[in-house]
Amino acid sequence: MNPKRKQRLIIVLLIVFGVGAAVGLTMFALSQNINLFYSPTQIAAGEAPKNTRIRAGGMVVDGSVIRDQNSLNVTFEVTDYEEKVMVHYNGILPDLFREGQGIVAQGELDSNNVLQASEVLAKHDENYMPPEVADALEKSGNMPKPEGEVYNK
Amino acid sequence: MSEKKKWLPRWFYQLASPRWSYDIMGKLLPGFALVALISLVVGTIWALLYAPADYQQGNSFRIIYIHVPSAILAQSCYMLMAVAGAIGLIWKMKVADMVAKSCAPIGATMAILALATGAIWGKPTWGSWWVWDARLTSMLILLFLYLGVVALHSAIESEATAAQSAAVLALVGLVNIPIIKYSVDWWNTLHQPATFKLTERPAMAPEMWMPLLVMVIGFYCFFAVSLMMRTRNEILIRERRSSWVKELVGKQ
Repeated sequence: MNPKRKQRLIIVLLIVFGVGAAVGLTMFALSQNINLFYSPTQIAAGEAPKNTRIRAGGMVVDGSVIRDQNSLNVTFEVTDYEEKVMVHYNGILPDLFREGQGIVAQGELDSNNVLQASEVLAKHDENYMPPEVADALEKSGNMPKPEGEVYNK
Repeated sequence: MSEKKKWLPRWFYQLASPRWSYDIMGKLLPGFALVALISLVVGTIWALLYAPADYQQGNSFRIIYIHVPSAILAQSCYMLMAVAGAIGLIWKMKVADMVAKSCAPIGATMAILALATGAIWGKPTWGSWWVWDARLTSMLILLFLYLGVVALHSAIESEATAAQSAAVLALVGLVNIPIIKYSVDWWNTLHQPATFKLTERPAMAPEMWMPLLVMVIGFYCFFAVSLMMRTRNEILIRERRSSWVKELVGKQ
């Protein structure tokens, strides 16, 4: 390789790795701001600010969903299998919302650490499967369950 | 001289000749077009009619058969554009510049397709068209990078300067590719983890991912076809003063 090309190659590599290092460090420093939501563990540890809009994410705890018979009020708990956070919401839940489903709720934490949600989004995983397979897995108890880590990065 | 050349294959140097590249692409085109047509038709029919519905999402999950291939391709195309741009910068190879230039509009289209299908999928499943999570935002940045490259090419009149600046932009933006890929692993996102991983079997059932694989192959071949057609056009435009192009045009 002639010296001129070698020099240009070095410049190109410097650009790629220099930008990579700079952006990498920035991302690392900002990682908490890049996270879309707080995990229940973080909320329990008091890391999430109160009285300002935040998002909380986790799995809906089995048996925790309480719907009001006369209105759209609903309360449920979300968990990352470490801690739980109570969520209160008044509105229409997404179709995928169910117990054991991952959700991300946006709202404000009140003084009792209950998230007063203004929006609830459903999160799904990459384990797409036909209904028959899902039934069979459910019966045999082998249904893949997301780990708590998924909500705690 | 011959000893110096040994560390790169012969075809790499032959690619430096616009005429040789034009001819070889012309020979490769029909094969890729045929594979693209077959796999896209077979993949679409398989995906829409024969693949099973998802147990949670029902039929709306079928948009994955467009969403995933276009998202994969948008990233692959960017990497090709950056590598071609780097080759153009280092070896001053005109054909590499033309390939890089031809990548940009195709990649931008794929990125738009991935974002649009993602939004259409997001509304019924997540409950929202758009969320500013790391995966969606980095994908939007990818689209802007493509548009930047396209804009640079059309704003700068000198082809050599335009190619240089576009290549530098493409190289700077290359850092975004690993960010898109690993965003779902590094941060809490609403977007689910990757459907296809290089090291593991896909989490989904085989009767669901096999048509998806066919669609991915079809998208890649379609990309190859449109890239070669664009590059051949670009070669003809830039080499219009050379005798072989005049001869070629004279024949028709």
